[in-house]
Amino acid sequence: MESLSGRKKVLEQKPMNFWERMYLPAIFKGMAITFSHMFKKKETIHYPEQQREFSENWRGMHSLKRDEHGRERCTACGLCALSCPAEAITMISAERAKGEEHLYREEKYAAVYEINMLRCIFCGLCEEACPKEAIYLDGPIVPSDYLRKDFIYGKDKLVEKPLKEIEAEKAMSR
Amino acid sequence: MELEFLIEKTALVLVLFVLTLTIAAYSTWAERKVAAWLQDRVGPNRAGPFGLLQPLADGGKMFFKEEIIPSGANKYLFIAGPSLALLVSFLGTAVIPFGQNIEIFGRVVPLQVTDINVGILYIFGVVSLGVYGIMIGGWASNNKYSLMGAIRGASQNISYEIAMGLSIIALLMVTNTLSFKEIAAQQHGWHWNVLYQPLGFLIFLICAFAETNRVPFDLPECETELIGGYQTEYSAFKMGAYMFAEYINMFVSSVVMAVLYFGGYNYPGMDAVNQALGPTWSPLIGVGVMFFKIIAFIFFFMWVRWTVPRFRYDQLMDLGWKVLIPLAIANIVITAIVIVGFDLFNKL
Repeated sequence: MESLSGRKKVLEQKPMNFWERMYLPAIFKGMAITFSHMFKKKETIHYPEQQREFSENWRGMHSLKRDEHGRERCTACGLCALSCPAEAITMISAERAKGEEHLYREEKYAAVYEINMLRCIFCGLCEEACPKEAIYLDGPIVPSDYLRKDFIYGKDKLVEKPLKEIEAEKAMSR
Repeated sequence: MELEFLIEKTALVLVLFVLTLTIAAYSTWAERKVAAWLQDRVGPNRAGPFGLLQPLADGGKMFFKEEIIPSGANKYLFIAGPSLALLVSFLGTAVIPFGQNIEIFGRVVPLQVTDINVGILYIFGVVSLGVYGIMIGGWASNNKYSLMGAIRGASQNISYEIAMGLSIIALLMVTNTLSFKEIAAQQHGWHWNVLYQPLGFLIFLICAFAETNRVPFDLPECETELIGGYQTEYSAFKMGAYMFAEYINMFVSSVVMAVLYFGGYNYPGMDAVNQALGPTWSPLIGVGVMFFKIIAFIFFFMWVRWTVPRFRYDQLMDLGWKVLIPLAIANIVITAIVIVGFDLFNKL
């Protein structure tokens, strides 16, 4: 039938000639191709030692941020937990006591803050929901582990290191 | 029977047994490495340097996995299947000469477990037993995929054995003997049989692929269609036994091809080396050459596996019955004409 779009291509199927019916020349050709691939550059990235380059807005492990004086920004409002579609975030809030002003920025803070990394889908909605700019998914890939319970990350793994330590590390690396 | 004879043979059997196991184990490693290289990857590289401990890790894993015997399976046959496959695959290397006679402490030791005068028949007998392992395992599993794999395996092995046997007959017309030792000795220097029987070698090679159930003739296993074929219901070490048997079969057929067609331990310029090194050390070089050929063949098996797609079942049968068998018969006729022609020419 006539092609309406004019883009139809009719393939001509010729019967195979003697050498093509032998298969062997085609097989040798294929084997030459695979053999040449033995000496090509390998595409593999050796993961723990090497890392793929990530894009600017890539979302990895969460970190709870501190402000410029090294105080935790989180005020335990629960908006991140509410926005989380995977229900991966839980927290217990506490009131800031006298003398703790250098630790927590607001009067209320998260005494316990847990993210279940097996539930988390790294959508970044917690980051968007946070009114205090306290949580960002700017960390590395969440490492593997052996037990399910070890994937529930508490504040010990999530909260940013104090400013002093970060500066000390920077000085060390210099 | 003298004591030295017993010690000599026991040592040879043990060395051969361990060697076969090691080569089979490292074939799994090599298979993964070769597959990776041909696909621009690096392959296993975490267990030990270059991933060389990978076979040990895999073997350990096989031992510690749970053994599952399906409730509808025939328990005795289910266990007999992989055992038979593994046992039979080991038998082949007994008649292979791995080198010239070697002189140790003034005693001449043949590097061959036993030189029976019907060596080729023995190999064929043992290799054709291998299909029972597949057949019994597939039947005992009580699973339609296993049974289909087993039936495919059986029919494939039987069809390709005919072409294989016919290609060997042409070779025997050239060599005039069934003993592996004599066939190897005849190919002294560079007088390799592949030069006299190129077509026979090609047929033998294709049939060897079919006999060992390797791609492009891996229809009994056929992961994509039959989810493992006769191995579907097998787990833990019984599965490992089947896999091991497959790799040992590959080793044995590489050995047979090296001895029958590629001169075994013979290499050009071996006379000079024999004179220079004496009867103790020069056979070892021959053994090295032999193993180089074997490893080259094993690499060839893997190379083909990662290049060629699987045949369809009807194509497989077409190739076996309509192409290879007539070709093998033509090869016999041509060989016969050439041999008779040479005889007449010499008489003139």
